[in-house]
Amino acid sequence: MSESLAIIAEAREVSKSYDGGRIAVLRGASLRVQAGEMVALWGASGSGKSTFLHLLGGLDLPDAGTITVCGLDPQLEANRLELRRRHLGFVFQLHNLIPDLTVEENIRVPALAVGLGTAVTATRVRQLAASVGLTHRLGHRIQDLSGGERQRTALCRALMNSPRLLLADEPTGSLDEQTGESVFRLLQELARRDGIAVVLATHERRFASACDRQLRIRDGVLTEN
Amino acid sequence: MRVFSLVLTNLGRHRLRALMGSAGIAFGVAAMLTILAIVTGAIGMFQQILSTDSHYLVFERNVSDLFFSSVTRAQVASIRAQPGVREAHAVLFGIVSSPGHPVITCFGIDASDPRLRRATWLEGQPADFGRKPGAVYLGARAAAFLGAHAGEAIVIGRGDFLVGGVFRTENGFEDGGVFLPLAEAQDYFHRGDAASVVAVKLSDESGGPAFKAALESAAPGLVALENREFSSSYNSFKILNFTAWAVGICAFALGGLGVANTMLFSVFTRIREIAVLRVCGFSTRQVALLIFSEAAALAAAGVVAGLVLGFGLLQVLVHVPQFQGYVQATVRPVVLVGIVVTAFVTAVTGAIFPARFAARIQPAEALRYE
Repeated sequence: MSESLAIIAEAREVSKSYDGGRIAVLRGASLRVQAGEMVALWGASGSGKSTFLHLLGGLDLPDAGTITVCGLDPQLEANRLELRRRHLGFVFQLHNLIPDLTVEENIRVPALAVGLGTAVTATRVRQLAASVGLTHRLGHRIQDLSGGERQRTALCRALMNSPRLLLADEPTGSLDEQTGESVFRLLQELARRDGIAVVLATHERRFASACDRQLRIRDGVLTEN
Repeated sequence: MRVFSLVLTNLGRHRLRALMGSAGIAFGVAAMLTILAIVTGAIGMFQQILSTDSHYLVFERNVSDLFFSSVTRAQVASIRAQPGVREAHAVLFGIVSSPGHPVITCFGIDASDPRLRRATWLEGQPADFGRKPGAVYLGARAAAFLGAHAGEAIVIGRGDFLVGGVFRTENGFEDGGVFLPLAEAQDYFHRGDAASVVAVKLSDESGGPAFKAALESAAPGLVALENREFSSSYNSFKILNFTAWAVGICAFALGGLGVANTMLFSVFTRIREIAVLRVCGFSTRQVALLIFSEAAALAAAGVVAGLVLGFGLLQVLVHVPQFQGYVQATVRPVVLVGIVVTAFVTAVTGAIFPARFAARIQPAEALRYE
């Protein structure tokens, strides 16, 4: 694999502000993420970690700078859809699962978006559930799950369409220490096993230091530790 | 899981609201079905009465309703004298009442009127018609709801009449009517020697245009219309049709507002969830389709409930004597298709704004706020 192919995501001099430029969240942030690499974005709450993840995932647009993810520019609508469908997976702090659906149905949602076949989807759901220890919970509704189970379900959903880049926004933020630790280990293990690049936004130093690289965001500036 | 189960799950979250949205469509369907059945039934039966064994209808020009039309005896005689006219039967329409039955259609007809020949006489003889002074003849349904039999006295308006006979006709409207000899009807309604319409049968139908031209030239105050021409130009039919559609469309508009309200509420309560769908790869079109599908599912449930309700109501109305055969319990397939299509179009139209709103949800913005 050549070096250029191994780069999954690249941001160059990205800036983003809100409220008509009065609140500068990111100032000239640059980042390069390679396949299979786990990169931590570490910083205090409100430092711009989520904003940077949203920009990488094409959920928001930068004011300045360029971003390339899996060779595509997420500033273009068509690319954004393609990225979300085929190349990106998202995990959020509050899992954001659909409450009235079962675990299995929640995991299947990304497959619905791309029209994946029923049999293929079923196999993939079983594999993912087994890998995070949720097989016995597939038929349960979200409200019946613990916080850790919910986050594991969200992780399975993010991995459903076999993404190349996983953007995890404080996935352990709403969990107790032990559950947070187990979810982080699971994330680390799955990413390594499948060679998925992970950008993890966290305010917890212990998780940041367990990643391959740590980037600190402070006052909108991204620096590598 | 397929998209359909996602649709049902979404609707199932606010069952009462979904039920109300669906009920709006159901009432629209039932209202449209009932009104159209009544109107088309009434028009159909009235047409049948007028066109009984005839080619042309002659009546007074520019009248708003046939009840106000006057064709004098001299004019009837002149029509009969027209070349090519085989038969011409004058009919006078009126409304009478009887205790407990405020509106009964009364037909003043000649003893030679073809409907008397074609009717099945249940009591009395057709030959008696017009020969017994002060006698009325009843359609079978009128006899049933008036509880009258031949030889008995009944009260019509302010007078007592003897029932001269009871007969069944093919037409439910006539079957619920009271028949008087033309002269007695003219006297009863103070119409002098006037009839409402004259049903004309020609010896040769191809001579119709010549008959029409000759008649309208000889009597400019009269108009002769072919039966089909009459159906499309008669003001009362037009008003009835227009009213039916207007009421039906209003009912559907209310149903559409119900769907819009339901769908808008549904979208507002799951903005974050829709943002997650977008994050998971749903396109704006897929999100909009999801909302439209939910509206269509509401419409489908509403259509089924509305048809059951509408046909049930028609079955009841058919047996209500006061409707005098106005109601057709059977509805033409094209009308049914029209109602179903209107229901779906209304529901989908009601979902346009909610779908547009949902499709425009920006994931980052929606996820940023708890």
